[in-house]
Amino acid sequence: MRGKQDNRMGILFALPWIIGFCLFTALPLLSSLYYSLTSFSILKSPKWIGLDNYKELATDQVFRGALGNTLLFTVASVPLATAAAILLAMLLNTKTKGLAFYRTIFYIPSLVPTIALAVLWLWVFNGEYGLLNEGLKHLGIASPPWLTDPAWTKSTMIIISVWGCGHAMVIYLAGLQDVPQSLFEAAELDGAGLIAKTRHVTIPMISPVILFNVTMGMIGGLQQFALPYVMFPGGQPARSAYFAAMYLYDNAFLYQRMGYASAMGWIMFVITVLLTLAAFRFSRGRVHYEGG
Amino acid sequence: MTGNQRKVTRQVAIQTSLILLSVLFAAPLLWMMSTALKPLNETMRTPPVWIPSQFKWGNFSDAFTYNSKELGYIPFLVYGQNTVMITVLAIIGSLVSNALVAYSFARIQWRGRETFFALTIATMMIPFPVMMVPLYALFRDLGWIGTFRPLWVPTFFGSAFNIFLLRQFLRTVPMELSEAAKIDGASEWRTFIDIILPLARPALTVIAVFTFMWAWNDFLGPLIYLTDQKTYTLSMGLQFLQNQHTGTPWNLLMAASLIVIIPVIIVFFFAQKVFIQGIATTGNK
Repeated sequence: MRGKQDNRMGILFALPWIIGFCLFTALPLLSSLYYSLTSFSILKSPKWIGLDNYKELATDQVFRGALGNTLLFTVASVPLATAAAILLAMLLNTKTKGLAFYRTIFYIPSLVPTIALAVLWLWVFNGEYGLLNEGLKHLGIASPPWLTDPAWTKSTMIIISVWGCGHAMVIYLAGLQDVPQSLFEAAELDGAGLIAKTRHVTIPMISPVILFNVTMGMIGGLQQFALPYVMFPGGQPARSAYFAAMYLYDNAFLYQRMGYASAMGWIMFVITVLLTLAAFRFSRGRVHYEGG
Repeated sequence: MTGNQRKVTRQVAIQTSLILLSVLFAAPLLWMMSTALKPLNETMRTPPVWIPSQFKWGNFSDAFTYNSKELGYIPFLVYGQNTVMITVLAIIGSLVSNALVAYSFARIQWRGRETFFALTIATMMIPFPVMMVPLYALFRDLGWIGTFRPLWVPTFFGSAFNIFLLRQFLRTVPMELSEAAKIDGASEWRTFIDIILPLARPALTVIAVFTFMWAWNDFLGPLIYLTDQKTYTLSMGLQFLQNQHTGTPWNLLMAASLIVIIPVIIVFFFAQKVFIQGIATTGNK
């Protein structure tokens, strides 16, 4: 890098973010740590109670359930949506007719705003007049109670997240288009079939993109809020769709327990950091970066 | 099989999978459009009717003025105005702040820059729920609860993801351009305005589109900060309408949802090329 240092100008241009970082990121993060050690609500100012919130959380069955739902949903939906996105991207990376059209069809679902998405799928999954049940009937499959059976609510959400995999698909497609065609040709000469090519060429070549997408998907999955909030009010039936962010919101704004909610927030934050670090640790030696 | 036959089989297999998958991906949205245009009694028919016997365009205006005893009047038009206002302010804020900050990170050498940038990237890991209570407390102390300010003022102070995206782009512009401008006596500010910004237009479009989608889509923010029905956004209005699921007819719900979706689709089609490229770059480290 050439050019001499210009500290004054650099900081001046970065000033909006320096203020934003302090005011809207660092300060809230630290206050939330402080609040998590207090009893606090809209009506009363924070009162120091030490680790009581965390102790209570350790035995809070509802929190445990909500955290379990959140982790289960994340662990199931991220790999499935990733596999779907890669599969679609691979199909779109072939030479055939109508690719731009298909790409648009696969992509548009990921544009649907969350609340509209929730309303749309409530209708598709509707037990009486829903499209899905009707479709399954034609295939001779009895449809499960998607919205009313605690055993099925999370699967319902997973299906919706797979349907919205178009955004990731576009990222994978760009990654695939950067893979030199000669690599595939070389593999074919060695007699590699589709599966071998996928395993030994495609996946390694797009592994940095997979790492990025999976990490972002995990961070997003752990914060899941609006979709279950609208589709399964209160996480019902049987709190099977009650997610950590929903319980946190309810504590902060419904039960007036903002300190308790902050403690949950910190636990979610720590879990997110640990999972992200785990993803990067796991990827070490497995992710292939161009040029070493 | 000859090589040619194999090629044909392959093409058939690819096209068949693409068509089947397209049907799966498109069906829910087509179903939504079909429902939005149906008379109410046709929404409750088995087997379902795909093509409505008559196209009830009136469903859209009915969704705008839907009135029922339990809900009271749902002013969708007001919600639309509110959402547009917040979205426009957020886009302006996002463009101004992120352009400045990304310029600093990409094109000015200053002490601590790399460390601060790494810190900026790390903030992307912070889940919003952990910030929910303190941000609420902060905006309450500022007297901003019940106003739009918590939803757009922060956009004037940059966001990690957009800074990252724009910085990646600005780094690809040759440094020689800035150096030449400086030799000609241009200040840092002039270089930024006259040389770099015009070149960054595709990347700025991506930022604008992303911010549009984010602000348009946001539900949790308005849910926390807005207190008066008159200030609600489209997402909240839609949730409100849906919440009365026994009361609200499905054809109107679908019409209302389409009203929320259509602007996003329109923006996507206008900005499709830069947009797809922009998403693609997010995947590169």
